Amino acid sequence: MVDTARTVVRTDGRHESVHELIASPDFKRLVARRWSVSGILLLLLFASYYGYVVILGSSPEVMARRIGEFTTLGIPIGVGVIVFAFILTAVYVAWANCRYDPEVERLKGRLKPR
Amino acid sequence: MPAQATVETTLGNPSAASIGFFFLIVAVTLQITYWAAKRTRTSKEFYAAGRSVSALQNGLALAGDYMSAASFLGISGMVAMRGYDGMIYATGWLVGWPALMFLVAEPLRNLGKFTFTDVVAFRLRQGPVRVACAIGGILTVLTYTIAQMVGSGALIKLMFGIPYELAEMIVGCVMLAYVLFGGMIATTWVQIIKACLLLFGVTVLTVLVLYKFGFNPGNLYAAVSATYGQEALEPGGLVTSPLEAVSLGLALMLGLLGLPHILMRFYTVPDARAARKSVLYATGLIGYFYCIIPIVGFGSAVLVGRSVISGIDKGGNMAAPLLAELLGGTPFFGFIAAVAFATILAVVAGLTLAGASAFSHDIYVSLIKRGKATEDEQVQVAKMGTFFFGVLAVLLGILFKGQNVAFMVGLTFSIAASANFPALLLSVLWKRFSTWGAVSSVLGGTFVSIGMIVLSPTVWVDIFHYERAIIGLRNPCIVSMTVSFALGFIVSLLTPEPQAQAKFEEEKLRVYLGIGAE
Repeated sequence: MVDTARTVVRTDGRHESVHELIASPDFKRLVARRWSVSGILLLLLFASYYGYVVILGSSPEVMARRIGEFTTLGIPIGVGVIVFAFILTAVYVAWANCRYDPEVERLKGRLKPR
Repeated sequence: MPAQATVETTLGNPSAASIGFFFLIVAVTLQITYWAAKRTRTSKEFYAAGRSVSALQNGLALAGDYMSAASFLGISGMVAMRGYDGMIYATGWLVGWPALMFLVAEPLRNLGKFTFTDVVAFRLRQGPVRVACAIGGILTVLTYTIAQMVGSGALIKLMFGIPYELAEMIVGCVMLAYVLFGGMIATTWVQIIKACLLLFGVTVLTVLVLYKFGFNPGNLYAAVSATYGQEALEPGGLVTSPLEAVSLGLALMLGLLGLPHILMRFYTVPDARAARKSVLYATGLIGYFYCIIPIVGFGSAVLVGRSVISGIDKGGNMAAPLLAELLGGTPFFGFIAAVAFATILAVVAGLTLAGASAFSHDIYVSLIKRGKATEDEQVQVAKMGTFFFGVLAVLLGILFKGQNVAFMVGLTFSIAASANFPALLLSVLWKRFSTWGAVSSVLGGTFVSIGMIVLSPTVWVDIFHYERAIIGLRNPCIVSMTVSFALGFIVSLLTPEPQAQAKFEEEKLRVYLGIGAE
């Protein structure tokens, strides 16, 4: 268990408790960013997949439209939903590796090594 | 257009090739189990492979854990028999993976030890939460296991010609050997091997089909259209009501976030960063699989023919093996049959480990022994749980022989999405989530799911043969998940828990910075 009364030394020499770190604007920004990135990506995922499903349910003729001699529009769209889902996942990993992880390391650096 | 072939099949008569490949796979996996057994001494090794699995290995194992015989044989068969509608199913099975990444993968890894229950119980009172989550978790695993066992008995009987009961026992014994002796290390490697074999087999099938059509999918679709009419390439009767479709979609997507055997795999990697990467690998591998499996389905519709496929199995499950035999002869058929068998083993092994961990880690060690069991005792109890669950799986498989268990998969995903997932998400996100809020959310979601499926046409009409269903909706998730979230909110607000709220800071430190993670 983390001792919330434990004090930590910051680079400016001022002592700060774990409670203060959690309450700091930097930490709050980290949390807010993490969930807004997830939220936006999740929204895009919902829009693409449920958009596809609702069109299938309400106006299937859109998906039955031919784009080649026989190929229907539904075939590339079905594949597209899968590919788009993978792209969203990749975007999240790229963001987390480039932005989230360095910020976590920075905040952890403000705590004394355990 | 290639002429439709008449198929001479060895299906149902074990050929030298299929038996050879089968024994090769069993021999290799048992050898790995022997190697793994020497490395499985502590509970951390038994449940979590010592947290030493790499991101790529875990990505492959997640794919192996998730892609069941139902997705391989079932979806290719569905595309063969029903055309485009099978593709709609395929997309639904993939879209849960990004959601798993965005919402639960990292917090789950940072907060838990061996099971998702660890996460929900982190700040709350152990007793009630562990019992409620074990009910949700065990029901999810059990219904999925029944569906897998019944399906596998029938499939093995079709492919190898061995009696159903014997097939169940072979699956049970081989799978128990992996899990009992090799724990998560052996299970992980079985799942990795299976994923590689399955992806390889389906890729070869796809290339062979495309080769027949000059590597132009347009030619394949032309042949499908010429044989079965343009309807085969258009959405048919699968999605009729948008409400039903969205409800099914919610269950498929968010159910993944509550499947104990999948969630458990995240404890096998060293940290949240590796957990994140493993989801990306898994999404890529599974996405690739679902993108190419329709080609196998359409290919078998044209080359093998719907009447031949349904002549052997009405559900169309033999489409892919028949296609393999036609294009690659008996040896390739033997290979695909053995791969299907390995698929069943890998999924059931993962389920057994998850079921055992709910009994032994969540109930016995954490609750009855209050976390004070020695390592030897924990491993012993885990093995007993495994044995018990494995025997139960075989018995249930035999008990449900010949029953219509199609609703079981729907039930699994519905309970997972409406019992396990809301509690998991609320415990990570919401400071005021309380013990009784969690309990009512899990139990409410479980019982509303079960009740609504029993009263729906799927069970009430198709199984009990009543004239009319009491509830028209076949997929209850949209209702049951809402009920679960609402119960979690309302009950938590009615039963404030200051101790749990006080621990939220510690939880945040662990969720977002990974400080203190196991």
